[in-house]
Formats: sequence, C-alpha cells, structure tokens
Amino acid sequence: MDLLDATREAFRLLFSGDANIWTIVWISLRVSLLALLIATPPAVAVGFFLAVSSFPGRRACVIVLQSLLSFPTVVVGLILFLLLTRQGPFGNLQMLYTQEAMIAGQAVIAFPVLAAFALAAVQGADLRVRETALALGASRTRAAWTTLFEVRFAVVAGVLNGFGRVISEVGCAMMVGGNIAGITRNIPTAISLETSKGDFAQGIALGVVLMVFAIGANLALAWVQGRGGLD
Amino acid sequence: MSALEVQRAVKYFGERCLLDIEAVTFWAGKLHLIVGDNGAGKTTLLKMLAGLDNGGALDFRFNGRAYTHGHYPDALRREIVYVHQHPYLFSTSVAANIGYGLRLRKVPAQQRVDAIAKAIRWAGLEGVEKVTPKRLSGGEKQRVALARAMVLNAPVMLIDEPTANLDAKARNQVSALLESLRAEGRIVIVATHDPALMGLPDVSAWQLLDAKLNRPSP
Repeated sequence: MDLLDATREAFRLLFSGDANIWTIVWISLRVSLLALLIATPPAVAVGFFLAVSSFPGRRACVIVLQSLLSFPTVVVGLILFLLLTRQGPFGNLQMLYTQEAMIAGQAVIAFPVLAAFALAAVQGADLRVRETALALGASRTRAAWTTLFEVRFAVVAGVLNGFGRVISEVGCAMMVGGNIAGITRNIPTAISLETSKGDFAQGIALGVVLMVFAIGANLALAWVQGRGGLD
Repeated sequence: MSALEVQRAVKYFGERCLLDIEAVTFWAGKLHLIVGDNGAGKTTLLKMLAGLDNGGALDFRFNGRAYTHGHYPDALRREIVYVHQHPYLFSTSVAANIGYGLRLRKVPAQQRVDAIAKAIRWAGLEGVEKVTPKRLSGGEKQRVALARAMVLNAPVMLIDEPTANLDAKARNQVSALLESLRAEGRIVIVATHDPALMGLPDVSAWQLLDAKLNRPSP
C-alpha cells in the first residue's frame, strides 16, 4: 500500500466511524482529561505558593520545577513502572497496565507545566491586584483568589499547554499502560504499534486525530490569550 | 464627631526615617489634604493607615478603640478604605468592579444591584456599566475606583493623588466627588499635589515634611 492509498484508507476509517479507531481516541481523551483534572488544582496551588511566598529553598524549588518541564516522559513512565510493578512499593494496588496508571503518569507529566504557568502568571500579575482586594476588605485568602482570577487566562493557557503535552506523549503511556487494545491503547501508542506492523492507514488516521487535537488546543490557546487582552 | 487619631506613625527605610508622626487627629466632615514632595511618605502613611503597609510602627485610635503595636485586624480594612493613585480595576465590567467589595460583605443581590446603580449615577458613569475597564479614560477609571470605595459606606477613605495625570474636566469631576464624600460626614484623607483641591470647602491642610506631619506654613 503506497502512501496515497494509506491516506485514503485512513480517512475512510475515520469517517466510517471505525469502532477500533474511535475507542482509541476515547481512551486518549479520557486519560488525558482526567489527568489534567487531577493535576491542575495542586499544580496551580504550588505555582501560586511559589510565586507569592519567600522561604529558604524557594529558588531551588523553582529550579526543580523548571527542570521537570524537560523531564523525559519515558523516565516518568519508568519510575512509575518501578513503583507499581508487582514487586514495587505500590504493587498491591494492581494499577500497572490500567488506565488509572496512565492517568497517574500523565498527571505527573502535566504537573510541572501547569505549576510553571501558574507561577509565571502570578509573578507577572500586577501587585496592585492583591493590594486593591485587601483595601476593599478582602481576606488574604480571598485576595489570593482574586489574583488567580485576574491571571485566569494565563492559567488556562497552562492547562491547554499541559493537554498538548500529555495527549501526545508515548513513553509513559507505553510503560505503565502496556498498550492493551481497548483498555490502555491510546493514540500515540497505537500509532507506534500500527506503524511498526506496517498498517500505515490506521497510523495516519490516528495521526490526523492527534493533529486535530493539537491544532484545536493551540487555537483554544490563541483564543484564550486574545481574551486575556480583553480588547 | 468621629475621628481617626494617629498617636504614632514611624517608618524607616533602611537608615532613613521616612515618617515620625505624633498626635495627629483627622476629624470627620473635613477634607484632609496631605501635601508634600514626591517621596515624602504620603503614600506610605496612607497605606499604613489602611493596613497595607505593616513595616513600621503605628498606634492609633478609631471609633473608641485603640490599635497599637502594629495590630491591624483584617476587619478594620472594611472601615478604612484605600484608593490607589493608579487604581487597579479588575478585568471584569465596571459594574462588577463597583460591586466587588459588596460581594465580599455578602450584601444581598438586589441591594447590591441598587447600590451599584446609585454609585454609577453618583460617579457619572452611566452608559459604561458593562464596559471592561481597559476601554475607560484615566478620569473614568479614577471615578470607578472612587465609586467602588464609596459604595462600601466606609467611614474613613484614604485617597492617593486622585487628580494626578487628569485633564481639567476630569479633575473637576473627581474634585466634586471628593467634596461629596466629605459632605457625607466621612473622614476623607487625600494625598495630593493639586493646589486646586485647596479651594474646596472644609479643607484641612497638612504638610508632610522631614518625616513630620504639620500644618503648612502660611
């Protein structure tokens, strides 16, 4: 099958509602969205805390956080694998090769992206936001919420960026998910498998879906950043 | 008549004594204008009184209660409201900005709507209620900030250079609002460089010079 035939077949698979393809897409979306849902609140809280607090070792924490941004996802997968394997400290949870393990892995991968965006957003926030909130009678906690609200577009941009990172990562999903058909096979691991088998049509079809997600996330990001200007 | 009695306000920046103020009383119903050079400490004094700058020593009495040794309860910030020289307006609508403090105070929705409408009329902001603050002129922003503070009915208002960088028309509008706040019987303390404000009724002028707050020399 040449590339043209494979591409034609790919679009036929997509538009005929091929159950296999759409199951893979559903697993990808479910895992990535749940991972973001779990990671976002603590990551934003950590980013906010690092932005507004001063304590010995804060700078080291920021450096660690920034270093984690470029941490290879396959290494995250390896560490999680060692923790979850039957002989590992969390082996009794029997999470290895489940969607839950993939969700945990993607949450770990998304965490530094989300926290770093929140950190940068809050650090870049106008100092008068907190002062104005306090001056109008807000408690310190409420003033913190107001600051987060004011930088909400940057925080959402972080979430979309995190989505882009986890939806397309293959290393961790392969390590802890095991690429089991219908259970843990997501778009990146399926592309990897089908391509190695020579089934380019399915690989291309899934690649198209992944690109649509990536472009969609970027369009959403651009829209959110435009909204941030409120012009 | 209520008053804000500052017994001691001391603030150092490194070795430099910025404020060393003793026994000053700000009476209600007066428009207290504090003049002084740039960097004299006007903003610092207002922020200390608003509980936003806790780096110095501040002892004062208000409403029959003494606040000493830097103890500034959060609840007091609901009675003493500070308006920034360059007011920050939240990235919502003008109406939501004005209603911010009312929401904090859990004012019921209908009362809030009524109070916001009244504040908008007071500040002459009809027609821009739903506009985002980025679209407002400098004078309009200043009036939104004043309306946002006025609507809280706080007995003390600390206002930092409200007419700075405004054209003559906007300055007159803001001056009228300051006079209206004073006439309501509040304690209004304004840091300013604007000599035109001295012409308003019931002005009580102060000069911040060499860390001391005194009556200006004639």
